[in-house]
Amino acid sequence: MSIVTSWRPRRGRNVELLLLIFAVAIVVLAYVSVEGATHGTIPANLATMAGGLLSIAVAFHLVLRFTASYADPLLLPIATLLNGLGLVMIHRLDIAEGRSITGGMALRQLTWSALAVGIAIACLLWLRDHRTLRKYTFLAGASGVALLLLPLLPFVGREVNGARIWIGIGPFTFQPGEIAKIALAVFFAGYLVRTRDVLSIAGPKFLGMQLPRGRDLGPILVMWLLSLAVLFFQKDLGSALLFFGLFVAMLYVATERIGWITIGLLLAGGGAVIAWMLFGHVQTRVLLWLHTWTPEALAASDQLAKGLMGMAAGGLFGTGLGRGRPDITYFAESDFIVSSFGEELGMTGLFAILMLYILLVERGLRIAIGVRDGFGKLLAAGLAFSVALQVFVVVGGVTRVIPLTGLTMPFLSSGGSSLLANWTLVALLLRISDQARQPLTDMAATGPIPTVGARR
Amino acid sequence: MSELTLTVLRFSLLILLWLFVFSLAAVLRGDLFGTRVVNRVSASGGGRPAPTPRDRRTPALDNLVVTSGPLAGTRIPLGSTDILIGRNPGCHLVLDDDFSSGQHARIFPAANGWGVEDLGSTNGTFVNGQRIDEAVQFEPGSQVRVGRTTIELQK
Repeated sequence: MSIVTSWRPRRGRNVELLLLIFAVAIVVLAYVSVEGATHGTIPANLATMAGGLLSIAVAFHLVLRFTASYADPLLLPIATLLNGLGLVMIHRLDIAEGRSITGGMALRQLTWSALAVGIAIACLLWLRDHRTLRKYTFLAGASGVALLLLPLLPFVGREVNGARIWIGIGPFTFQPGEIAKIALAVFFAGYLVRTRDVLSIAGPKFLGMQLPRGRDLGPILVMWLLSLAVLFFQKDLGSALLFFGLFVAMLYVATERIGWITIGLLLAGGGAVIAWMLFGHVQTRVLLWLHTWTPEALAASDQLAKGLMGMAAGGLFGTGLGRGRPDITYFAESDFIVSSFGEELGMTGLFAILMLYILLVERGLRIAIGVRDGFGKLLAAGLAFSVALQVFVVVGGVTRVIPLTGLTMPFLSSGGSSLLANWTLVALLLRISDQARQPLTDMAATGPIPTVGARR
Repeated sequence: MSELTLTVLRFSLLILLWLFVFSLAAVLRGDLFGTRVVNRVSASGGGRPAPTPRDRRTPALDNLVVTSGPLAGTRIPLGSTDILIGRNPGCHLVLDDDFSSGQHARIFPAANGWGVEDLGSTNGTFVNGQRIDEAVQFEPGSQVRVGRTTIELQK
């Protein structure tokens, strides 16, 4: 873990404002194209929509100006653009399905976006120093596991499309696994910063690779069993992969031992084979992945095939927003929103979206490099990696690189819990980046560091 | 809307998306140029890295330089504020050293130059080999030892 610092710390708040206006302009253009292609007119409520989106973004920007003025200037524009593009695509699918604007999913998504941004702002205002979270390490771990297991309880747990990952109280449904992702990242960071000295003690050497000692394998085995339990009881392949991958990645960042990655990959591979042999739903997923176009697979589900056909129809430059048929695929607005974008924006547009995710993750890892305390490093790296892994699992599933699993695409997919979790994740990264980019003299002046005599 | 307008909209959206990506990349440029990367693996056999503060280009009067220990080579420009040394992640110079305390010592601006003070550490702070129990003057050239780390003031 090297430390990288800039010579001249720049706040970058003005750059951020410019990029925000740019991002909102792109969303407005996308909205105009959808309406132009489907209704043939420029939407009457354009000014209201653009103004609404811009004011949400500018509100967040102003909060940053006053409470985290050194925060990274790229995170907010990227998140705003992705969220806005997701909104436009969901609105476009509403039109295709014949849902009105008031009864459609786009309005619900917009409400959730506003709520999620509100919670992210509250999070920034409440959390003035990310090191405070370290005090709640074990509370975060316990609540993370509790959130994961919540859908298994009777009465509140709901099973939707074969996966028991939802809770519902009355008409409100929520996917607690998304929030569990953040809680577990906090727990792993706090736990690993304490134990990394022990976990990085060298054990036997194998094929020129330093393996950890056998007695230190406990934590990784516990995580492995927990992931298998998620897979077994909730039938949720994606979450299991996400949590285990997150733990292994953070373990590697904490100890700098490649041996842990090897062990993690072996365990994940072993777990995948066991799951494939034992569970029918995993066998179906593998069949759909390897033999998508066979009659048996198409009889089981033609969702993946339809998504692929959609992307093929999009070609290099796409059909144009509002001019394709992404609504033919089921769950085109959530699990398959990537193929919806692939169809209407083409490979060129889809790659631009993937670049946005790459930049988001890059900023997160850059924050981890710049921040001065071990806990912040691990937390930022873990949060960034969780986004990267989630994007890989979703895009890999839709493009047949790996079996399809039910995770949401951060910011794009329709779904309140996903938006809530990802905006909070961005708020945490912004808070850590404020610490990372702040010059030492300012830190002493604002005083997070106690001076004389104060002993721990 | 005419077919032409729609086609123009379609391509301008793609162009703007990529322009956005490139403007983000332009902002990122600051990461590549004008930064300084210090590899943490020291000559003393690659101790496990820990976070430390690095130097900033401030109008520095003096520099605090780590001359031996796992962080050898670290240089902190002194401003007008105190510098805390210890294992606590909140310190300015965060030591990854079992022989140092959470908040071990403090370097502070004194009447003429800089002073050094032990913050009640377990293993003590040594100035030129002498254990100190009160604040003393930190002369340029004298060596302050905290755990396995030695620091000096340099111009």
